[in-house]
Amino acid sequence: MLTETLDLLLGLPFWVAVLRIATPLILGTLGVLLCERAGVLNLGIEGIMVAGAFAGWLAVYQGSGLWTGVAAAALTGALFGLLHGWLTVTLALSQHVSGLGITLLATSLASYAYRVSFPKVESPPTVQPFSDMSAWLPLPVLNQQTPLTLLALLLVPTLAYMLYRTPLGLAVRMVGENPDAAEGQGLSVPALRIGAVMAGSALMGVAGAFLTLAAFNAFYFNMVNGRGWVCVALVVFASWRPGKALVGALLFGFFDALQLRLQQAGSGLFGVDVSYQFYLMLPYVMAIVALVVVARRAAYPQALMKPWRKGER
Amino acid sequence: MWLEPRAQIPAWMWLVAPALAIGFTLLVTSVLVAWAGAPVGRAYALLLEGGFGSRFAWTETLTRATPLILTGLAAAVAFRARLYNIGAEGQLYAGALAAVAVGGLHGGAGFGAPGWILFPLMIAAACAAGALLLLGPALLKSRLGVDEVVTTLLLNFIVLLLVSAMLDGPMKDPTGLGWPQSVAIADALQLDKLVPKSRVHSGLLAAVALALALAALLRHTTLGFEIRAVGANARAAEFAGMPVRAVVWKVALLSGALAGLSGALEVAGRAGYVTLDMSPGYGYSGIVIAMLAALNPIGVVVAAVFVAGMLVGADSMSRAVTVPTYIADVIVAVALIAVLVATMWTRWRVHWGRG
Repeated sequence: MLTETLDLLLGLPFWVAVLRIATPLILGTLGVLLCERAGVLNLGIEGIMVAGAFAGWLAVYQGSGLWTGVAAAALTGALFGLLHGWLTVTLALSQHVSGLGITLLATSLASYAYRVSFPKVESPPTVQPFSDMSAWLPLPVLNQQTPLTLLALLLVPTLAYMLYRTPLGLAVRMVGENPDAAEGQGLSVPALRIGAVMAGSALMGVAGAFLTLAAFNAFYFNMVNGRGWVCVALVVFASWRPGKALVGALLFGFFDALQLRLQQAGSGLFGVDVSYQFYLMLPYVMAIVALVVVARRAAYPQALMKPWRKGER
Repeated sequence: MWLEPRAQIPAWMWLVAPALAIGFTLLVTSVLVAWAGAPVGRAYALLLEGGFGSRFAWTETLTRATPLILTGLAAAVAFRARLYNIGAEGQLYAGALAAVAVGGLHGGAGFGAPGWILFPLMIAAACAAGALLLLGPALLKSRLGVDEVVTTLLLNFIVLLLVSAMLDGPMKDPTGLGWPQSVAIADALQLDKLVPKSRVHSGLLAAVALALALAALLRHTTLGFEIRAVGANARAAEFAGMPVRAVVWKVALLSGALAGLSGALEVAGRAGYVTLDMSPGYGYSGIVIAMLAALNPIGVVVAAVFVAGMLVGADSMSRAVTVPTYIADVIVAVALIAVLVATMWTRWRVHWGRG
């Protein structure tokens, strides 16, 4: 058992799987992180990922290029982000309520549009997905991935640089920490918040598109399956820092890949026969454990979930 | 665009705002129905007829509404105290599993114990299972500050996997012919039907009674006052000497128990056993219903009947015209957002342009 596990952890295919599982989580977590840094909780992620997965896949199915599909997913995400931003920032509605409403709306619209477009298909129509980068990238593990994984990895330092080294990033963090001070500096709090939510939601859309255009090649109704919620947890685990978000997503990928291998090995744990469902639980349990561990030092953006109205103190 | 609170709400607004919300919902969904290539007027007529147009339609709608009322109440009471319980789906399954664990003991014979002992035990076990499942996240929230939204959401997935494992293993129905389903509860524990030759069961009466009880609790008791105070402003409530933490865990027990009960009543009132698809998202719909009802328990009953009617009506409509059943979810989602915006508009004056 122990040697088997060691062999597994040393093998390249395992780490390829870890990175592949982590990719949509990296994209989604960065998206949630950007929204929350500006002070807006976005529980719409689960639905926005579904809508992004569908829109990206549909664009490619109708003959567009793969990157056009990714752009369609990002645009779809941004539109739902605009709605969420309008509801929570302009109208100052409860961010929990609006987010869950967006998830329901985006999920049901995507499912409805899929059924209208393909009323009677037994097996879902497929597209030619992204191929891996082994042809031109001389890096092990990474060259087994699609370009979307590279994009996700590059976005981590980009977002970190944007947040911590540019005036725009400072402004975004400021409206999430102290919107009154931001307004005192002549910044438009609503514009910055809505902009951040739209950009973050676009990333969530791309996270969904990864599922239909890279991980699989078709759209399935339950394909997001809680990944969006996991991203919301990972942001807390990451203390709202892009670098730690990457670590969190990789850790989740690690436990998910591990449980898959343990399931396949089927040898049970320490001689005890364990049903496969308990392996599947492992990543979710680890996510909760991680939340509890970091809870004491979680540094929430101070204005998170607090609506802001001009002239109100 | 900016907002200013209205000093008082004009009377005409109470009529115009809901009318606008309904009109907007109809407009958006009409476009979608037309896109699907169906005659819009006929589709709506079929939808309403399928949900509310006959005795059969009403019995089906009320059958669907029963668990939705309970999960709606679970969300409403928790949200009132700002405990964002998104875990009603998991609590429902936990309740259903506990009900079968008690009601299906010893191959459904329950060690030969009489129904009047087993039935309360079964209901109590289901309520306890739901309540305990929410107590964990509530304690983590009040003791350690762990966000309950995320923990309750993640627990839904864990519980569903647990149910799946139980249906494969210890609680598997040996005569289940390959479909994963649990052993059934004893016949004596099944709920009576309210209307002959229909599926409406006496669980509906329990759900409505609980809605009335919850409304009374919120309005007339100390706990109800505390729940409303903690929801309005937890710091002020604490300053006023209220035991905020105790209120939060009491709300958690109440909310979880309601969701757990919905699972038990689904088992006892319908199939008699647990399957993996016994709830098509009743827990999540309950949140939407609570929000449509503005967290008012009586409103939850109305909203649950509306949502159930849409679901049942869409099922029957999609058999006649080419509109996918997902239209029901779209209608509910658009209605929710429209109602939220309309409510906002009654309370705030909208100024266009920059402030």
